[in-house]
Amino acid sequence: MSQLFMFEKPLGMRDTLPELYEAKSQVQDAIESEMKLWGYQFMDTPALEYYDTVGTASAILDQQLFKLLDNQGHTLVLRPEMTTPIARVAASKLLQENLPLRLAYSASVFRAQQREGGRPAEFEQIGVEAIADESVSADGEVIALMVSALREAGIKSFQISVGHIAFVQELFLQILGTEERAQALTKFLYEKNFVGYREHVKSLNLSSIDKQRLLDFLKLRGGEEVMERALCLIENEKGREAIQKLKQLWDIVVDYGEQANLKLDLTLVSHMSYYTGILFEVYADKVGFPIGNGGRYNLLLEKFGKTTGATGFALRLDRILEALGELKKEVTTECVLFSGERRKEAFQLAKAKRGQGIKTLLQDIQGVRNIDEFTGQFAEVTFLIGKAGKGS
Amino acid sequence: MEDLITIAMPKGRIFEEAAELLRQAGYQLPPEFEDSRKLIIDVEKEGFRFILAKPMDVPTYVEHGVADLGIAGKDVMLEEERDVYELLDLNISECYLAVAGLPNTKMNDVAPKVATKYPNVAARYFREQGEQVEIIKLNGSIELAPLIGLADRIVDIVSTGRTLIENGLVEYERMMTITSRLIVNPVSYRMKDEQVNELVERIAEVIERKG
Repeated sequence: MSQLFMFEKPLGMRDTLPELYEAKSQVQDAIESEMKLWGYQFMDTPALEYYDTVGTASAILDQQLFKLLDNQGHTLVLRPEMTTPIARVAASKLLQENLPLRLAYSASVFRAQQREGGRPAEFEQIGVEAIADESVSADGEVIALMVSALREAGIKSFQISVGHIAFVQELFLQILGTEERAQALTKFLYEKNFVGYREHVKSLNLSSIDKQRLLDFLKLRGGEEVMERALCLIENEKGREAIQKLKQLWDIVVDYGEQANLKLDLTLVSHMSYYTGILFEVYADKVGFPIGNGGRYNLLLEKFGKTTGATGFALRLDRILEALGELKKEVTTECVLFSGERRKEAFQLAKAKRGQGIKTLLQDIQGVRNIDEFTGQFAEVTFLIGKAGKGS
Repeated sequence: MEDLITIAMPKGRIFEEAAELLRQAGYQLPPEFEDSRKLIIDVEKEGFRFILAKPMDVPTYVEHGVADLGIAGKDVMLEEERDVYELLDLNISECYLAVAGLPNTKMNDVAPKVATKYPNVAARYFREQGEQVEIIKLNGSIELAPLIGLADRIVDIVSTGRTLIENGLVEYERMMTITSRLIVNPVSYRMKDEQVNELVERIAEVIERKG
């Protein structure tokens, strides 16, 4: 390996400079306080976990995990997402009586990046998990909370697409007969390859009616009416149940008054393979990737020894900032520039200003070379220079 | 300007056929469209902004969302494996991927070498055949590789087969047929669904008509 330059960072790692830090913490505060207002409790977990527990239970691809060894030879991973660590804590510690639990987090997660720039390998996620509540109301609540949090963060134009993974599985299984054949078809959905999907369907040995049903499935996107069309395609009970759940969800979100940004998309499947029912992604203007996603995962807690359902979402802070666009540069800091003679006075003035909540910076004039350029950075500058009483 | 739909078009071979397809779908493109040397062409009447990219780069622009839609060859889609929706087979610029080499030659037993512009596609293909090969990535004039002994075989797209014949090469295996695809960014597919759906329907109709 050639010698590294001092400024180099590992692939995908980014610095957060003061201006961005400020913008980020404002957005973070807005979202976090909304989550707290809804009764969610924040918690944290370690950045490092065992590969054999959290690493394998997580739905993030193996090659995206940062792995390292501890000094006993155990393989560790940097947490690639927060849902799995929280499921671990909930199952082992918090869930005593299987009472509904509402948890939240705001943390960095790590996903190794092999390809090119434009995608960070470490990014912050803010999310919630509603655990041990299998009602559709819990799904509705997390969606309504997500809408509310995004609005608080200042995102104006966004859209949520909701799908149901069990519906897809049931429909494919019912028409194709075997798990294996259903999976082969689902793969095209994961790959977002609708051309391949249609070709595959045409090549199958099915009645023309069944083929048409599979082709019509790709059109199950849009508003409320999609559910009627979906009911026409599915015949078995479990599949109908999935649509009933979606209907309930829709009504719940309507009762929250938040249906304006909601769309249905039954072709939506997720790389997060732990989802078992309703799942969703959220998109914003001017960002080429989803800004967040979520859904119901009823089997993940089982991997940690508790049989109960859960639902939640995670928002990506970096992409929310991208959606907010230009950072507005607001200068609110004031400066007190002093010389030795009036030092004490300057300290008292700064203390008083800080007491009023004004960000105040103290600077000894001896430490500054270019006074004009330095003072230009502040909203207001008080000069306490020379003997007291003379010019200020 | 805000509401223009950005379409990434591949420069070169596919461009004219793709432009023709859009015209057949009833879109009014200016006559100098094909001759322009500009990299960005706005057609405000139709609400489109076209960007002209290298064919191999089209899926990259679309994945990052700086282009909503794009037209890309299946060869490029297989090589790049980008996270974009492949919505339509446009049935244009048909060609195929093939394995070629000098006539009456066998692959080297110890270290069989394959030169190609498509290292991922080639590696996957030979792996699926149960063959271990070494891949050498080239950026063009792939036919040169077996002629001067860089590789035993090449993997490349073939449309008429003339380049192969003129250089004294023969086709050993036909891997798959390649056509151009309409691709869309996953966010644009949802945030701009009305505009995207309209375009898809109009183009699908033309393809249907042509059969």
